Amino acid sequence: MKQKDNEIRFDLQIIASWIEPGSKVLGLGCGEGELLHFLKKNKGVVCTGIELNEDKVAKCIAKGLSVLQGDINEEVLDYPDDAFDYVILSQTLQQIYEPGELIRSMLRIGKKGVVSFPNFSHWSIRLQLLATGRAPITKQLPYDWHDTPNIRVIALKDFRRFSKETGFSILREVAINTDYHEKSGNIIKFFANLRATYGIFLIGKRKQ
Amino acid sequence: MSEYIEHDKTGLSVGVVDKKLFTFAQPPGELTLENGSTLGPVTLAYETYGELNPEKSNAVLIMHALSGDSHVAGYYSNDEAKPGWWEIMVGPGKGIDTNKYFVVCSNILGSCMGSTGPGSINPKTGKAFGLDFPVVTIGDMVTAQKALINHLGIKRILSLVGGSIGGLQVLEWCLRYPDMIVSAIPLATTPKHSALTIAFNEVARQAIMADPNWHKGDYYNGAKPDLGLAVARMIGHITYLSDESMRHKFGRRLQDRSDFSFNFDADFQVESYLRYQGSKFVERFDANSFLYITKAADYFDLTRQYDSGSLVKAFSRAMAKFLVVSFTSDWLYPTYQSKAMVKAMKKNGLDVSFCEIEADWGHDAFLLPNKRLTDLVKGFLERVYDETKR
Repeated sequence: MKQKDNEIRFDLQIIASWIEPGSKVLGLGCGEGELLHFLKKNKGVVCTGIELNEDKVAKCIAKGLSVLQGDINEEVLDYPDDAFDYVILSQTLQQIYEPGELIRSMLRIGKKGVVSFPNFSHWSIRLQLLATGRAPITKQLPYDWHDTPNIRVIALKDFRRFSKETGFSILREVAINTDYHEKSGNIIKFFANLRATYGIFLIGKRKQ
Repeated sequence: MSEYIEHDKTGLSVGVVDKKLFTFAQPPGELTLENGSTLGPVTLAYETYGELNPEKSNAVLIMHALSGDSHVAGYYSNDEAKPGWWEIMVGPGKGIDTNKYFVVCSNILGSCMGSTGPGSINPKTGKAFGLDFPVVTIGDMVTAQKALINHLGIKRILSLVGGSIGGLQVLEWCLRYPDMIVSAIPLATTPKHSALTIAFNEVARQAIMADPNWHKGDYYNGAKPDLGLAVARMIGHITYLSDESMRHKFGRRLQDRSDFSFNFDADFQVESYLRYQGSKFVERFDANSFLYITKAADYFDLTRQYDSGSLVKAFSRAMAKFLVVSFTSDWLYPTYQSKAMVKAMKKNGLDVSFCEIEADWGHDAFLLPNKRLTDLVKGFLERVYDETKR
């Protein structure tokens, strides 16, 4: 399944396809707001974003998005329960100090959550570690060990286990193979933990 | 604030504008103030730029700070040396685009730039009010502005924009007349003055009241308390800058000399700057207005208004979409105060954007040319205006 000529990154296209039109969305670590802007323009979604970087916040507001400058771990605490239909954490989980806390907050303030991250068990990472004996560097995780913002290494399998331990349910899951900036990519059906560069999960509160 | 006013380098301007007067609250229909007294008639000096659209949905109300006036942009005549105080932000194609929006700004109640204040003639005595002028509040200033907005036939205000004490008025408007406000941009402001801010204001007021020419506010027929007012302004200027900005702007550099004078002249550039700002200010501002406006700002406390008890409860009345902006080096209204408002807005499910702009220029940063601030204001206004058309 190849997709081309779309205006946002392939992983964001998949997230966007899961969001119901007209819903209320909070984007955590929303960057320059490309996903939120797409959702607002194409799906009539009511968007809010949180982003730490002043420059990115300013760009979001200048293009007409409602965005707050702040630390996502703290900012999520202020919202009332179920304030949003979806809370999205795109490609940021690997940078979170207390991922369990953040996901619990996401599912308190949102009815559903979307979490995506680079898959650390991709074959090229396994091979690099085996062949070179050094911490792997890939297009998805392009930093040296000493200057990386990515303080967590997560495999798709780890996240599934984490959902059971932390107490949330995975409602939908897509593994993809795409480069970071690519607008096209493939959905991986078989041996995803080995072959996917990214995992995208739709998560919900565990049924009582 | 006037030290920064300069011609817009782009050459874009609203051009020649006039100051207009609106008088209301004629007895017996005087304005009832928060302290229980009445005042009337009341005059507000105001200016408007751009055109009100047929739906009357494009009005932007700008609120000025302590020493400002209704002259936001443009020139009173073709040969006027300086434009209005926010020429860099307001005009055709600018952050607040006068080709799209109908911009209104009025001089606040209690000021001395054309609106009724302590220097106005008291109709009961035929003399200037002086201290007989009632102690007005930020709420009273807003009530007066509301009368002007009614007079202009505006039912809903697209956006309220104001920094510093102008920002206090923005917040007051949003809670006092919530259903009239589509959006609001409080800049470099606070839900209540901190003890530090009140302390600076008190020292400034004491400087005025200690001037032998002050005569308990009754000086309009004689020498004015210029020295006291100048010192008050000097204190103000210290609070508008920052350690960082003073280091850049002055350091320990000497003014027009190579060594110390070994007397009490202005040796340092920073001394010379403050003396100059103080002496310029007394030419245009009334000492009693300074007392009244700073007192109103010190009294302002959103957590006490409307029996709210908390900031979260206070904002439960608000309905506007907000853009809150603070500046990193502002120690008069520091970022934590803006963040407290943002938190309260979020807890109430309000649509709020917030940006802390990195700037070295202290509290004054909101008046200086800043592309980031212009882009934020422009983008936010465009969005809220588009959303009104849906």
